[in-house]
Amino acid sequence: MKGIADRVLTAAKADQAEVIVTAIDGHLTRFAANAIHQNVSERNVTVRVRAVTDRRIGVASGNDLSDGGLRRLAGRAVRIAGLQRANPDFRSLPEPRPVPTVDAIVEQTANATPGDRAAAAAEVIECAIGEGLEAAGAVSTELEEIYVGNTLGVSAYHGRTAAAIVAVVMGADSSGYASDADLDLARLDPEGIGRAATEKAIRSRRPVSIEPGEYTVILEEDAVADMLFYLGYLGLGALSVQEGRSFLCGRLGEAVTGERITIWDDGLDPRGFVLPFDFEGVPKEKVVLIERGIARAAVHDTFTAGREEGARSTGHALPAPNPLGPIPVHLFLAPGDATKEEMVASTDRGIWVTRFHYTNPVHPVQAILTGMTRDGTFLIEDGAIAQPLRNLRFTQGILEAFAGAESIGRSLKTVKQDWGNFAVCAPAMKIRGFRFTGTTEF
Amino acid sequence: MREYTDRAIDRARMKGATYVDIRVVRREAEEITVKNGVVQALSSDEDGGFGIRVLADGAWGFASGNRLSRTEIDRVAELAVSIAKASATAKVHDVELGPPEVHVDTYRTPVEIDPFSVPLEEKISLLLEADKEARAVAGIAVATGSLGFLRTTKTFASSEGSCIEQEIIESGLGMTVYAVARGEMQQRSYPNSFGRNQGTAGYEFILPWDLAGNARRISEEAVALLSAPQCPSRMTTVILDGPQLGLQIHESCGHPIELDRVFGTEAAFAGTSFLTPEKLGSFQYGSEIVQIVSDALTPTGLGTYGYDDEGVPAQRTDIVKDGIFVHYLTSRETAARLRALRANAPARSNGAMRADGWNRLPIIRMNNVSLMPGEWTLEDLIADTEDGVYLLTNKSWSIDDRRLNFQFGTELAYEIVRGRLGRMLKNATYTGMTPAFWRNCDAICNDDHWRVWGTPNCGKGQPMQVAHTGHGAAPARFRNVQVGVMK
Repeated sequence: MKGIADRVLTAAKADQAEVIVTAIDGHLTRFAANAIHQNVSERNVTVRVRAVTDRRIGVASGNDLSDGGLRRLAGRAVRIAGLQRANPDFRSLPEPRPVPTVDAIVEQTANATPGDRAAAAAEVIECAIGEGLEAAGAVSTELEEIYVGNTLGVSAYHGRTAAAIVAVVMGADSSGYASDADLDLARLDPEGIGRAATEKAIRSRRPVSIEPGEYTVILEEDAVADMLFYLGYLGLGALSVQEGRSFLCGRLGEAVTGERITIWDDGLDPRGFVLPFDFEGVPKEKVVLIERGIARAAVHDTFTAGREEGARSTGHALPAPNPLGPIPVHLFLAPGDATKEEMVASTDRGIWVTRFHYTNPVHPVQAILTGMTRDGTFLIEDGAIAQPLRNLRFTQGILEAFAGAESIGRSLKTVKQDWGNFAVCAPAMKIRGFRFTGTTEF
Repeated sequence: MREYTDRAIDRARMKGATYVDIRVVRREAEEITVKNGVVQALSSDEDGGFGIRVLADGAWGFASGNRLSRTEIDRVAELAVSIAKASATAKVHDVELGPPEVHVDTYRTPVEIDPFSVPLEEKISLLLEADKEARAVAGIAVATGSLGFLRTTKTFASSEGSCIEQEIIESGLGMTVYAVARGEMQQRSYPNSFGRNQGTAGYEFILPWDLAGNARRISEEAVALLSAPQCPSRMTTVILDGPQLGLQIHESCGHPIELDRVFGTEAAFAGTSFLTPEKLGSFQYGSEIVQIVSDALTPTGLGTYGYDDEGVPAQRTDIVKDGIFVHYLTSRETAARLRALRANAPARSNGAMRADGWNRLPIIRMNNVSLMPGEWTLEDLIADTEDGVYLLTNKSWSIDDRRLNFQFGTELAYEIVRGRLGRMLKNATYTGMTPAFWRNCDAICNDDHWRVWGTPNCGKGQPMQVAHTGHGAAPARFRNVQVGVMK
């Protein structure tokens, strides 16, 4: 990959140039109605070039790796830069900093066969068939490598594998969900995932409706991860603060949520999917964003850091061009000391939520989201799961919800996003006064 | 090209495939984004490769590669067959494709001005002029505008004998301004929000929208929204403008009529559908004035093409006729399966299979799913409304995994009082259940108000695929709708 990058950097006749080379060898086996119905494989190498001349920036990408193709690619980026206006806020591409090396490739996962994935899918399906239910889901394995270099000497490489299993098991009026992700396919337990989804589908039979309103909720890890991801996307990047779009604006050092809540981003923590550097080749720093409810910081890339006196990139750049600005994509929410069983036992009346569906911001500055529950929603009464519920719509501020956290789970689940090395590590959470605003028919 | 496609088909057959198709796809994209007077992003992206889809042992396999060479064609064809054979170890029945589709043809988006021939300087100037107008209004914190152009060339060949060459050209534009006060941010977009308005057309699509001529207006609206009252919470009548209604159609009609969802193939990710096969031909989806069509032939529609990615010709299909749900978006496999369930269902696909590039498997996607125009002028419709809310331009969207309970937010709203537009309202939201909502549609504006709105960001599938869809709509009125959901 370095060879490809060097050829591009040599060909890019500009003041500064940067190249990102990404190689993916990805495979995904989907199943539904107890059969494999989509089974795909992809191999690709893409090259992205940023050329800078007199603060004028041009970006080009392509996947033609021939000598001529790479020369033309570099030429396109340089030509576009020549047509640009100068960006007065641009300072420089980053200088090299030491980047840690992390071994994250599991050979057996990188070489997993269609038969390996089909066998894992079959284990999930067997669990559902055994109870007269239908399984849907996916088994994926991939090897992804990334190299970032620039003409100032940045040279960073990282490779990693990933494997994930997602299962939704359905009955006539019920469904259950389970999932897991790891660097190593062998560390995933397809039968356990299939069994967990099946048990939840059985428990959620014959759901009843409940009136919308404010309830105590126990959110499982996937639901908390959904909210945490949106919190980072909406307001924990420096550009959203600089542009006045963030809930952090003017509130650094102030309490923005409950004191049980500490949130940080750490691309080097092996509990997530490690990425030692960002898409500018800057090493990732651990950034504490909210500490015991107090807003502490936002993450930076080179561009946003250049606009603030004394700031430096924290290693959170996305690939150029990036009008969104830096975003934390390896978020952690500090675990507490409760188990989910203890949360249920301490609840007189509340609602258990397995996960959310189709969440979207309603009010970005106040970090208000809406979305639906799905795949296992239950009423809790007198310290026990009482009965399954039809799904509910919530409309709720994330920070307000986190402020209402009564207890936090003692373990973290790694919830991998659908693209790249991004993952959120979240605990379960018991929250009082969570606002449901609608219901549906199932 | 024929050398490669024939080789792929022969190689896969030799390894045991009973059906093979190959798509060789090349995409060229140009994106320009201006933000607060600075060209924030200017990029040129090219991408090419091929994907081979096979049936072997009655099951599907798909593999793709980015290097078009004989050895890579052989590797990918063999891999696709081995994947299909692995799929067959967990199958319930053999895949049936229905009648063969054999077409030898070419299609090219009709364009007057090739957008890639227009100098970048001209495009940048257009955006900078609009940006300057937008930021001339005090109180605007951020103004951003973008132009995007896409050229996709694809060759489709199948073991049934099809060979189809297509060139699809898209042009799009959009602008969003943000006014910010402490704890409050209001945005206005033109001509549409979230990923701009886009169509299959050349550069002639861009100029009539007059971005600069509308920039100051949307900035003034965004600033005024900061001090506008919150949309109250109540049941009332709503009128949706075209762009918002386009997304309402997309989410509450377009997705639930995808027959792969109905058969459960998206169950673990995007979800399923409430429009189950027993409802076909009898279910009252909307009021009698609701006519919804799927039409891949709509001029400039973002879902307009010559053939889908299974080589089925583009066509127009009634989806909701006089309020009754009458058909789905289908593929060859799902059409055959529906025919087995419902003897009066068409045996052939209506051509809705598309893939997001060479490295993705075709799945059922909306083309142009549109609500046909009615008879009202917008002025008469507002004058005819005693009490209600006029909702414009989408800001937020969410819907459950069977596409029943939805909630939308809009950038702008006006109260309607005794047939006139009243105060501006901020943070407007509305919510409902799909069939009840469409059954309460009692008026649709006429052809003068009808436009096709392009949605270039529809996500579905695993691995994720982003589709470009179109939705024709004119403003329409709905009774008994809950507005003002946000606390």
